[in-house]
Amino acid sequence: MKYIDEYRNPELVRGLLDAVSILAAGIGREVSLMEICGTHTHAIGRYGIRRLLPKNLRLISGPGCPVCVTSIADVDRALLLAGLPDVIFATFGDMLRVPGTGGESLQRLRASGADIRIISSAADAVRFALENPAKQVVLMGIGFETTTPTVAAAVLSAKRKGVGNFSVFSVHKTVPQAIRALIEDPELRIDGFICPGHVSVITGVEAYRMIPQAGRAAVITGFEPADVMEGILMILRQILEGRYEVAIQYIRGVKEQGNARAREIMAKVFEPGDAEWRGLGVIPGSGLRFRREYEGFDALDRFVLPQIHSVEFRGCRCGEILRGVMAPAECHLFMKACTPTNPVGPCMVSGEGTCAAYYKYERSGQ
Amino acid sequence: MCIAFPGRILTIDQDNFAVIDISGTRREVSLDIVDEPVAVGDYVICHAGYAIQRIDEELAQEKLAFLKELIDHEIY
Repeated sequence: MKYIDEYRNPELVRGLLDAVSILAAGIGREVSLMEICGTHTHAIGRYGIRRLLPKNLRLISGPGCPVCVTSIADVDRALLLAGLPDVIFATFGDMLRVPGTGGESLQRLRASGADIRIISSAADAVRFALENPAKQVVLMGIGFETTTPTVAAAVLSAKRKGVGNFSVFSVHKTVPQAIRALIEDPELRIDGFICPGHVSVITGVEAYRMIPQAGRAAVITGFEPADVMEGILMILRQILEGRYEVAIQYIRGVKEQGNARAREIMAKVFEPGDAEWRGLGVIPGSGLRFRREYEGFDALDRFVLPQIHSVEFRGCRCGEILRGVMAPAECHLFMKACTPTNPVGPCMVSGEGTCAAYYKYERSGQ
Repeated sequence: MCIAFPGRILTIDQDNFAVIDISGTRREVSLDIVDEPVAVGDYVICHAGYAIQRIDEELAQEKLAFLKELIDHEIY
């Protein structure tokens, strides 16, 4: 496939790795890089990149899996919404097995009769609403800047078509605010960020200005092995030269100005609000809530949910793992009580979660 | 979750949906959020049922060729 195969060319990757090794040796000291995006964590595991890198380069996985950073309270709310009578709950597949308080999940709820449907596009949920006028369709609105415009576009199309039985439970989050929190975290000392490729398709470089301002390197990177290796190389060059900027490695997809149309669509429907992240706590302005004109589409406005007391599973260290201060192997549950077939925390549930990626690809390296 | 794939546009209908080819698999995606005009034959990056960006073919080829040259000449 064009735009994939050529970026998996071993010669290209090897050449880039050689260059990475030379620069890493030139820097000398230990260098910590964080890949923010779960798709990067997955790619790094899948292609064995961590093991290829020189010893003084440390790759830390960040909070870039939307399912993983969804707070337990929001998971519980999703379960309550999905369990309401006459509701069709539409969700992307990765949410299905995420446990809420007491181990309940959408998957279990579905087994006991709830109408929970997996979608591959937010537009599917609007279609369900049109096809089932006697039911209420609730879309689990989850994701970062890559996904949020698609949900906003679905809301706009529902409004245009006058679909009254469609609403969204929005737990969308924005990446830059989380990066800011990570930069300020005294337990973390990140020298450079491998910035997410597809979030950046939408945001452009502007969203990451605070990274070079804080004296750290930032490179927007693609997801094939040659992309990741070149992204690392570009970060090392910034560190070596002490000249920090937001650079784009993933030039075939990301434009400096991003996708302004997608941002407009997103801003038409949503405005910034505070959001609670698993592991990072409440980050001001990092969530997206409905603007007043679109409040009618807010599932939390439409349905009255009971007060709940949400409790994390004891011993689960997903919070620390999402902040990058712990590696999966340091969690006592990892590979013992918590496995992909029987996951305890969201980082093991989601295919892009850090624990799932480490379990699948990097067990021998632990 | 931010997984996305490059696909080639095969057809575009009047509702602004396109049929794209992703490694031999055909999928339907909405073109509602792409920010520049796209045409049949263009490559787009697709995420969750929507095309989110047109791929700049010229830029991609140029850069790849440049990278290969650097490596072939052991500059990298």
